[in-house]
Amino acid sequence: MTEEETAAAIARDPEHVRHLLRQMVRVRRFEEACVELYSATKIRGFLHVYIGEEAVATGVMSVLAPDDAVVATYREHGHALLRGVSANAIMAEMYGHAEGCCRGRGGSMHLFDAATRFYGGNAIVAGGLPLAVGLALADKLSGRDRVTVCFFGEGAVAEGEFHESMNLAALWDLPVLFCCENNLYAMGTALERSESQTDIALKASGYAIAAWAVDGMDVLAVEEAARRAVDAVRAGAGPHFLELRTYRFRAHSMFDPERYREKAEVERWMERDPIELLRAALETQGRLSADEWSALQHEVEEEVQAAIAFAEAGTLEPVEELTRFVYSERTAP
Amino acid sequence: MKLTYREAMRAAMREALQRDERVFLMGEDVGRYGGGFAVSLGLLEEFGPRRIRDTPLSEAGFVGAGIGAALGGMRPIVEIMTVNFSLLALDQIVNNAATLLHMSGGQFNVPIVIRMTTGGGRQLAAQHSHSLEGWLAHIPGLRILTPATLEDARGMLWTALEDPDPVLIFEHGSLYNVAGELADDAGPVDIDRAAVRREGADVSIITYGGTLPTALGAADALATDGIDAEVLDLRTLRPLDDAAVLATVAKTHRVVVVDEGWRSGGISAEISARITESAFYDLDAPVARVCSEEVPVPYARHLEQAALPSVERVVAAAREVVGPGG
Ligand SMILES: Cc1ncc(C[n+]2csc(CCOP(=O)(O)OP(=O)(O)O)c2C)c(N)n1
Ligand SMILES: [Mg+2]
Repeated sequence: MTEEETAAAIARDPEHVRHLLRQMVRVRRFEEACVELYSATKIRGFLHVYIGEEAVATGVMSVLAPDDAVVATYREHGHALLRGVSANAIMAEMYGHAEGCCRGRGGSMHLFDAATRFYGGNAIVAGGLPLAVGLALADKLSGRDRVTVCFFGEGAVAEGEFHESMNLAALWDLPVLFCCENNLYAMGTALERSESQTDIALKASGYAIAAWAVDGMDVLAVEEAARRAVDAVRAGAGPHFLELRTYRFRAHSMFDPERYREKAEVERWMERDPIELLRAALETQGRLSADEWSALQHEVEEEVQAAIAFAEAGTLEPVEELTRFVYSERTAP
Repeated sequence: MKLTYREAMRAAMREALQRDERVFLMGEDVGRYGGGFAVSLGLLEEFGPRRIRDTPLSEAGFVGAGIGAALGGMRPIVEIMTVNFSLLALDQIVNNAATLLHMSGGQFNVPIVIRMTTGGGRQLAAQHSHSLEGWLAHIPGLRILTPATLEDARGMLWTALEDPDPVLIFEHGSLYNVAGELADDAGPVDIDRAAVRREGADVSIITYGGTLPTALGAADALATDGIDAEVLDLRTLRPLDDAAVLATVAKTHRVVVVDEGWRSGGISAEISARITESAFYDLDAPVARVCSEEVPVPYARHLEQAALPSVERVVAAAREVVGPGG
């Protein structure tokens, strides 16, 4: 968005823009805490953080209705939090505790929540795309006007499941919004070394899906694009596709020595930190005082600390329960 | 020379790349990133991008391309980051690699080697903890290798590359950091025979891959109770070395099969069935099995540990088989 457009958006509804800022800060602080807890061995397994990419999920989630569905990847703590899963339940899950949103069975990469129609967390690259197509198919067949939103990385674009899903969604005219989080890397593989055509929105257009690219560091731009797309999908205009251009500031996971990219490149992108961009814009417009900013940070910190305390106080699922949920539990007739 | 399992595997790839111009390595993040498990670290610098090929995320595509390159006269080593993602390439492995020789009436063999990490134990939850080597051992046309020692990590690859048919090598994730001594002249090893890793007289613990250390640990624990366990490392799950299995049964008359795969329909069932078919009257007790619980592997550490085979469970099974008198 241009400076004028940003100023206009802020002037229109400063309270809402501050809300978006708070949402991004929630995700950022939650994940910074996760990284510390990982180093302290409270969280184990793989941990993939979204730091730098917060504007994407924040902008998209902001326009969804409560009964829409969300499908995400293994980099999904922020998505779950923004969708309305409690920080407590997410943190407890990462601790492997019974109070976690999956009773300790899923961990960081597999967060699920039926109440918010959050269909995971999927640790198989591109594994969520066909699921999203099916969820949308169910809505279409049932005559509901719900939208399914599917997040995935640009690495997934190379997988067969991506192409098969694009085709089915377009062929059957399904109510699904595909959100490609293009952070330029799939682990250590840069986009230009994995795709012959690096214009991902163009690729989606090849399946006759309405698709365009958006500045994924600008939460207002993301929100506007998402609103347009979600409204169109809900109105029956068929699948839509957003390529959200973003960058991950941290390593791929906690095991990544980042041999494949220059520090200078990371630093360049960090100058476009989505949180800093929005905070600066609000301040320039006189819509965020120093007191408001510190109050916001303070409240977020309280939420994160409360989540840690909740997880710390959690309990282990009894080992006798190990084989539960392999099959559905039927109540006796 | 002291080195890790990971380094032994890397040395094997380096040797293969040096010895045969037709050999190349391809897979996700094998080059710039240095390999998902750092096995191929440094090979890109040494051999260049023509022979150390980073692929996009496209398991079916690049495994299929490896099969095609093998048909075209190359000797590809295809790395699938983990067995979990090989599921996206199962069509190519099962419907092409395993069948082409037979369907073509012997005209087209597929000299490909596919390497992948397998197994659980690192709190990665269900989608990243599968042990499916026993499953793939179901398929005629494939050879399934499970190196569990430094010698085998160093030596199996070259022999596999010399095999005219598809070979799958499963490297258990828990083994990569295992360090030990390897002879300076260590080189190719056979890929046909099982190996007795510990001699014993009272009970045979039959296992492979990631549970070999578990079995050896159990044997040590049993020794303190005066139970003398033999440990047989299968090394190759297809074809199985029946003679080695029957020989250890004939010696101890008691068997515990240890497998990180699930019990139902697993390789442990196959081994037990073969013993029953060929050595029923040699047995002094029913064959026992220690496998993973029948549940997708959970994230929480205590649940995961309860799901996977452990030294304690192997010891308990062995005691049971040996009986109060043993
Ligand atoms: C089918 C499959 N292959 C390989 C992997 C290993 N892996 C995990 S994340 C990842 C990179 C994915 O990149 P991208 O889709 O761009 O998402 P990002 O991590 O950048 O958010 C890879 C190769 C996997 N999880 N699933
Ligand atoms: Mg990416």
